[in-house]
Amino acid sequence: MHQESERSERFGRRLLFVGAAQAACFGLLGHRLYQLQLVQQDEYGLLAEDNRVNQRLLIPPRGRIFDRTGKPIAMNVPAYRLRIVRERAGDVKETLAKVSEWIELPAESIEEIAEKARVTRSFVPLLVRDDLTWDEVSKLAVRTHELGGLILDSTLLRHYPENQFLAHILGYVGPVNDKEQAADDSPLLRMPAFRIGKSGIEKNYEAQLRGKAGSIKIEVNSYGREIRELARDDGEPGDDLELSLDLELQRFCHERLADQPAASAVVMDVETGAVRALASVPSFDPGEFTNGLSHQLWRELRDNPHTPLINKCIRGQYPPGSTFKMVTALAALEAGVATPAYEAYCPGFMRLGRSRFHCWRKGGHGSVNLTEALAQSCDIYFYDVAARVGVDAIAEMANRLGLGSSLGIDLPGERPGNVPTRAWKLEKIGEKWQRGETLIVGIGQGYMLATPLQLAVMTARLCNGGRAVKPWFVKPKGTLIKPPPIGLHQPSVDAVLQGMFDVVNGRRGTARASKLTDEEIKMAGKTGTSQVRRITLAERASGIRKKDEIPWNERHHALFVCYAPYDQPRYAISVVVEHGHSGSKAAAPIARDIMAKTLEIDPAGSPISSLINSGRKV
Amino acid sequence: MLVSVGFKPHDLSIVEKFRYLNWPLVALIMFIGGIGYAVLYSAGGGSTDPWAWRHLMRLGVGMVCMLALALIDVRFWYKQAYWIYLGALALLVAVELMGSLSKGAQRWINLGVIQLQPSELMKIALVLALARYFHSAYDDEIKRPTYLFVPLLLIVAPVILVLKQPDLGTAVTLLATGGVILFVSGVRLWKFLAAIAAAAAAAPIIWFQGMHAYQRQRVLTFLDPEADPLGAGYHIIQSKIALGSGGLWGKGFLQGTQAQLSFLPEKQTDFAFTMWAEETGFIGAILLLSLFFLVLAISLLVAYHAISHFARILAVGIAFNLFLYVMINVSMVIGLIPVVGVPLPLISYGGTAMLTVLAGFGLLLSVDIHRYTNIARFPVDL
Repeated sequence: MHQESERSERFGRRLLFVGAAQAACFGLLGHRLYQLQLVQQDEYGLLAEDNRVNQRLLIPPRGRIFDRTGKPIAMNVPAYRLRIVRERAGDVKETLAKVSEWIELPAESIEEIAEKARVTRSFVPLLVRDDLTWDEVSKLAVRTHELGGLILDSTLLRHYPENQFLAHILGYVGPVNDKEQAADDSPLLRMPAFRIGKSGIEKNYEAQLRGKAGSIKIEVNSYGREIRELARDDGEPGDDLELSLDLELQRFCHERLADQPAASAVVMDVETGAVRALASVPSFDPGEFTNGLSHQLWRELRDNPHTPLINKCIRGQYPPGSTFKMVTALAALEAGVATPAYEAYCPGFMRLGRSRFHCWRKGGHGSVNLTEALAQSCDIYFYDVAARVGVDAIAEMANRLGLGSSLGIDLPGERPGNVPTRAWKLEKIGEKWQRGETLIVGIGQGYMLATPLQLAVMTARLCNGGRAVKPWFVKPKGTLIKPPPIGLHQPSVDAVLQGMFDVVNGRRGTARASKLTDEEIKMAGKTGTSQVRRITLAERASGIRKKDEIPWNERHHALFVCYAPYDQPRYAISVVVEHGHSGSKAAAPIARDIMAKTLEIDPAGSPISSLINSGRKV
Repeated sequence: MLVSVGFKPHDLSIVEKFRYLNWPLVALIMFIGGIGYAVLYSAGGGSTDPWAWRHLMRLGVGMVCMLALALIDVRFWYKQAYWIYLGALALLVAVELMGSLSKGAQRWINLGVIQLQPSELMKIALVLALARYFHSAYDDEIKRPTYLFVPLLLIVAPVILVLKQPDLGTAVTLLATGGVILFVSGVRLWKFLAAIAAAAAAAPIIWFQGMHAYQRQRVLTFLDPEADPLGAGYHIIQSKIALGSGGLWGKGFLQGTQAQLSFLPEKQTDFAFTMWAEETGFIGAILLLSLFFLVLAISLLVAYHAISHFARILAVGIAFNLFLYVMINVSMVIGLIPVVGVPLPLISYGGTAMLTVLAGFGLLLSVDIHRYTNIARFPVDL
């Protein structure tokens, strides 16, 4: 019995020990919970919130773009889209096959979407089409409930109502690429649905048009499924832009150029530099770019010899040909190597060393002074004065008139053209300048290259009293200041302008057939026909070939620059018809019609409108 | 509870048994089970489906079984102790054989209605066998190391079988339960110290030879959960975030973001405690732990008050088994020990653990009802 009680006592002691050990363990658990739940609560609370809340950006509506009259030319339109959610659709392919009975949906895109659905989380909606017509929407709306997992809703798409006339100016928006993402750390760019300006105004004014991103806080579960919206900040829409462009004029330019394979026209205000029209044909449809272009269409656009993707007004570089003769003339007058009365004799050619330099007119023009030489576009006169004044003085004048460097128009991709000098040739080609080359430059050929925009600016600077006007689409901030003078003597300028007047209005002017029909208003201009390739001796011997006998891409470029009204210059126009063969026949009539339209619309609203209106019954 | 003190006749009537039933303990168990129902209701996103109503049914069935077991005379358990142990051991061997046939981890025997997990049954069977063995032991005998051969064999045999399944959690539980029974039975302290020293020496061997790669990974992950935040460490990290963000009062019933938004894995089974603590905070967590501790304290009192050594040891073993469940589960979810996959009894969803625990309580209640029933050291007429 003693042993039994000893056993009991020892059991009791050890039981107490076990109980105490258990109590200690519970104490440990309690302490640990205290640490976690009370001491470290803030830290873990944040982590839990991090888990729970997903912040997502909201893409702000992009700023709209209007023409000078307030007509919308780039806007955001609701597009109806159909999306599919795999987990609710069950068999994606089967569902889409059914959908394709109601709306257009090619088998390849069904395959594509089904493939995408396989690798995407099952609750993420996938785009089926976002360009549903109203007809398709109504068809779908009554039927989507028959099939699970289809979402019919709307989104904002960039829309260019007049895209056939404006593609080169407005550009387009598209998905962000790696390079753009690297250059800009805005979180918006990481959103797959975000569209960035890829070219044109859309690219140049990306910062203003983009707006400020909104954000939305969403509660998500561990699989990323959205449970509910917690907070929302709508952000700020992008700024609207108003362009100097006149939509009606732009449309007219395109229509007038439409029958040319490749051509361009620029209309600008000579006082302010406001670009009223900038047309380049052929064009393309930027709408195709918004959601990615099919490979085939892209190839077609890229390989088209008429370069629809290129804005020829700012990226096309052409030998200006005879439209350059004003520059040569002014250089000579300003340098004092010729006076307006100076006469040169044109027998149809000129000798320089062993070479003969030809005038376009086989028989020659006889004795011509400056205005006559310009009006008839006598090459010999300009060979003569060019040789006297030298290439560097010509280049210097060309630069002052806006040639040879980018003008800083608010469009991306502007080309500088080329104005050769002695130093330029030595540096770029590594050869000494030849005297004969000065002659060639004097008539705007050879190494001389200019864009249609530069030719319009050149014309504007000639007729606006010699001021360095620069082209723009979006009015620079603040009031417009008068552009600084480029330092020309008005008598020299007047002589040149008289020559340009005679080109159109003179009895022997090369563009006398392209007078404005309105007798009240006079236009001045200059034709240009620039060689694309050197004319061989054999060709010259066999006489001038008929236009139709020469392949298109070997024909001369046809150019015309002009301004009006002659006595109160307001608008300058340049027209370049690629391989148009003849400046006076192909380019001048187009320029004349565009000028007439410009004066009719009169975007500047200058006193001449009253002139036109008093002349006609409106 | 403590109705009368005095010598009781050997056989109690059914009415008396109900009178001596430890009602506070029964009430506590029901209360904890009720908390389990609430947790599973919340885990179901505020729905009795799919877990809560099944839990409640199991609780009901389990309680009935518990009461039925409680009414059986403790001497019956004494008499059947070895047989139950041998039966459980045979089932473990059977599971092992089936496992080797199907070439995979095997822990269950499918009985059609329920899936029987022999290792759970073994937790009680081992306690019964050891209790019976030490019931007859004399002090001098216990001092003899050779006397410990049989109980060590009783412990080690199922431990090895369970380890082969492999189920580290249950193996540790069996080992610890056996150790505690040896301890309260009076095995000398130096022997425990020697065993611990031997275990420490054997640890490297076990680590490299005896453990599966996934078991080693669990231990390593426990030591540095951030090393693999989306893989194995995810459970512990998310559990700690859930607990920590619960704060003092919790996020509110059905409002636990970690659990309701599925960041917390296995919230209805192993991590049920976390869910409760996230939604009811430190207060709720301490309340639940206190309830469990109260159950344990009552169980140890039952052990203390029983007069037969068999009954005492049985009660300690069963109480300790519950203690291990709670301790391992809670330590696991608060990041004190590796994730070993032990549920929280009466709270976690899952039938086997609840049945084992309730069956254990059936025996414990039986011990309490028959606390004055003496069992001879060497009974002959049972």
